[in-house]
Amino acid sequence: MLRLKTIAALSVLAGLLPPTGAMAADDVAALRAELDALKADYAARVTALEQRITELETGAAAASAVPPPLPATPPAAPARGGATAFNPAMSVILAGNYAHLSQDPATFHIAGFMPSGGEVGPGARSFNLGESELTLNANVDPYFFANLTAAIASDNTIGVEEAFFRTLGLHDGLTLKGGRFFSAVGYVNEIHAHAWDFIDLPLAYQAFFGGQLAQDGVQLKWLAPTDTFIELGAETGNGRQFPGTERNSNGLSGTALFAHAGGDVGDSTSWRVGASWLDHRAKDRAYEDTDAFGLPVVDAFTGTSHTWIVDGILKWAPHGNSIERQLKIQGEYLHRTESGQLLFDETGAALNGDYSSRQSGWYLQSVYQFKPRWRLGARYDALDSGSPSIGLVRNGLLTPGDFPALLTGSPQRFTLMLDFSPSEFSRLRLQQAWDDSRDGTHDNELFLQYIFGIGAHGAHKF
Amino acid sequence: MFKRFRPGILAMLLMAGTLPAHAALKILATTADWSALATELGGDKVNVYAATTALQDVHRVEAKPSLVARARSADLVIASGAELEIGWLPVLLQESGNARIQPGSPGYFEAASQVSMLEVPSQVDRSMGDIHPQGNPHIQLDPNNIAAIGKALTAKLSALDGGNATYYRQRGEDFQKRWTEAIARWQAKAAPLKGLKVVVIHKDQSYLLHWLGLIEQAAIEPKPGVPPSAGYLAELVSRLSLAKPRMILRNAYNDPKAVEWLSQRLNVPIAVLPFSVGGSARAKDLFGLFDDTVDTLLAVPAP
Repeated sequence: MLRLKTIAALSVLAGLLPPTGAMAADDVAALRAELDALKADYAARVTALEQRITELETGAAAASAVPPPLPATPPAAPARGGATAFNPAMSVILAGNYAHLSQDPATFHIAGFMPSGGEVGPGARSFNLGESELTLNANVDPYFFANLTAAIASDNTIGVEEAFFRTLGLHDGLTLKGGRFFSAVGYVNEIHAHAWDFIDLPLAYQAFFGGQLAQDGVQLKWLAPTDTFIELGAETGNGRQFPGTERNSNGLSGTALFAHAGGDVGDSTSWRVGASWLDHRAKDRAYEDTDAFGLPVVDAFTGTSHTWIVDGILKWAPHGNSIERQLKIQGEYLHRTESGQLLFDETGAALNGDYSSRQSGWYLQSVYQFKPRWRLGARYDALDSGSPSIGLVRNGLLTPGDFPALLTGSPQRFTLMLDFSPSEFSRLRLQQAWDDSRDGTHDNELFLQYIFGIGAHGAHKF
Repeated sequence: MFKRFRPGILAMLLMAGTLPAHAALKILATTADWSALATELGGDKVNVYAATTALQDVHRVEAKPSLVARARSADLVIASGAELEIGWLPVLLQESGNARIQPGSPGYFEAASQVSMLEVPSQVDRSMGDIHPQGNPHIQLDPNNIAAIGKALTAKLSALDGGNATYYRQRGEDFQKRWTEAIARWQAKAAPLKGLKVVVIHKDQSYLLHWLGLIEQAAIEPKPGVPPSAGYLAELVSRLSLAKPRMILRNAYNDPKAVEWLSQRLNVPIAVLPFSVGGSARAKDLFGLFDDTVDTLLAVPAP
């Protein structure tokens, strides 16, 4: 007890004593600086006022000769008041499409990849109302910024796409984010659907994450104090989204590490590259399949899932002026290893055996704005499912035909896109895809899409 | 332990107090004009980086990684404000992890809040094109605005870097003296331009016209940021044929096609203006920007 008190007293002294000596000198310098600044400020204001008076005097004489003056407001107009003064910035994005698909979208699957249960495939045929996105954001106080993005689906359900807080410049390049947010792994993952260059995500993202990977957790980023952009970050959360699952356990999953670097080449070209690593835990990650007799079964994976991503983007515009022409080249490579147990027919036979897989996928896309408001894009997607090692097949208990969803596949897709943006807030798009996701069954997918944004002017990341 | 600790803390405090006085103030300016002004006023006590050049449309700029990196270590951000940089500056500030330069902090300086804004709309709606609720943000082409912004910037530099306050004050006074003389010179020279009718592309020369008493007869864009249709251009030609403008103004970064087409149809000369520091060979600094702008306007041959 006595020791504790001594330590407490010492630490209080340590905190108090040293500054008193240093602060006296510091204070004088600071006060002097403040006084100088005040003087300069007042001098500036007086001169400004004097100048305004002369302007008004000479202006009055000149006014008769000059055409009706343009309306001018005094500087620093008062902020609007009332209960709405602190309303957050609000924006709404409306999107929809018309889809013409040669194959029944209900049969869509990505050959060789365990179904994720996420938003995959080309969607429904004919006219579709896309997700209507509502975003509200504002600074909370001098320390935090908060953002809510809700997605209202055409089936009248509302989803929380993102709901996060972020620090307003924590310290020395650190930024802390928490809540639900799109993970910073890869490149396209953080970009909202309305800002994608194609109507849908690359196949690799659909296969590996079932769409965009959102984290319910926290993220810490650090930006290096260098002229070259170097950013390091880590995330962790509950890891509930595919390839993780709800686990009803304390602790963390969905831990991610990422690094980004970027810069310019001359005044026309900018680039960014990145590498990310993700760790997920899955418990009873169930998916529907059929057995060797074609009867429906539900299988489930329990184990660990590790994903690597490398990504790169390059943007070119003559002298950085993207009004006239701009070229974007973007690509990502994803690689995943999973190992654990695979449960066959969990409600029936319930056979359990080991499982491991190594899978990869990549895409490369390019979008060229050939004249103001018009862009042409092309994208190639390819996946390699590898051959999973399934214990139940190796020991002869079951055959590969009992796991048709896991049969080796090499899905690929080629996409062309043309879009026209009448303004910064509207975009009309025509897209054609030749889709071999089902590996063997070819799908022709034609889309017409609209995207409209109203409300606050958004700012987009690079 | 206590004894060993104290000198360490003392040294750290002293270092923290003295460091800013030695290192140059790092400034990130959104345009070449604010970069030039900061260099005039800060001299060798500041290290200025311009986020854009005169060949870019500052409203449409990418939040490039290189700019995020510059924002990270900046002590001061100089922005035009009035929503000119709304599509990219907020991302730089958010991604920078730099508390010093957040709006409302001492390290965030907005030029537009130092001057009287023109064309402040009484109501706003996106059907009116790219309009800015706080008024026309292209404020740099009235040299009186530069003077007012310069005064506020001198005060800002002194406040951020108190150790060099005297230096900034002297430099500021020197600049203001030379600038006032230059304004008088430009105004005397440009007097014959008063009342001349001109055609503009986008409403980004309004402050220049206001200063020199030029009259905007028409804009090639039917609404700010909205490109003209063939029908609108035909109507413009027939309207302007009746009362011809003296010249058509184009900025260095504008696409010349529409202007050249109109110039041929109307047989009216074009004046290519630097618009920003770096927009022409002569516009190396702010003085050069206005020297070149005034001389270019005066050099347009009479009809």
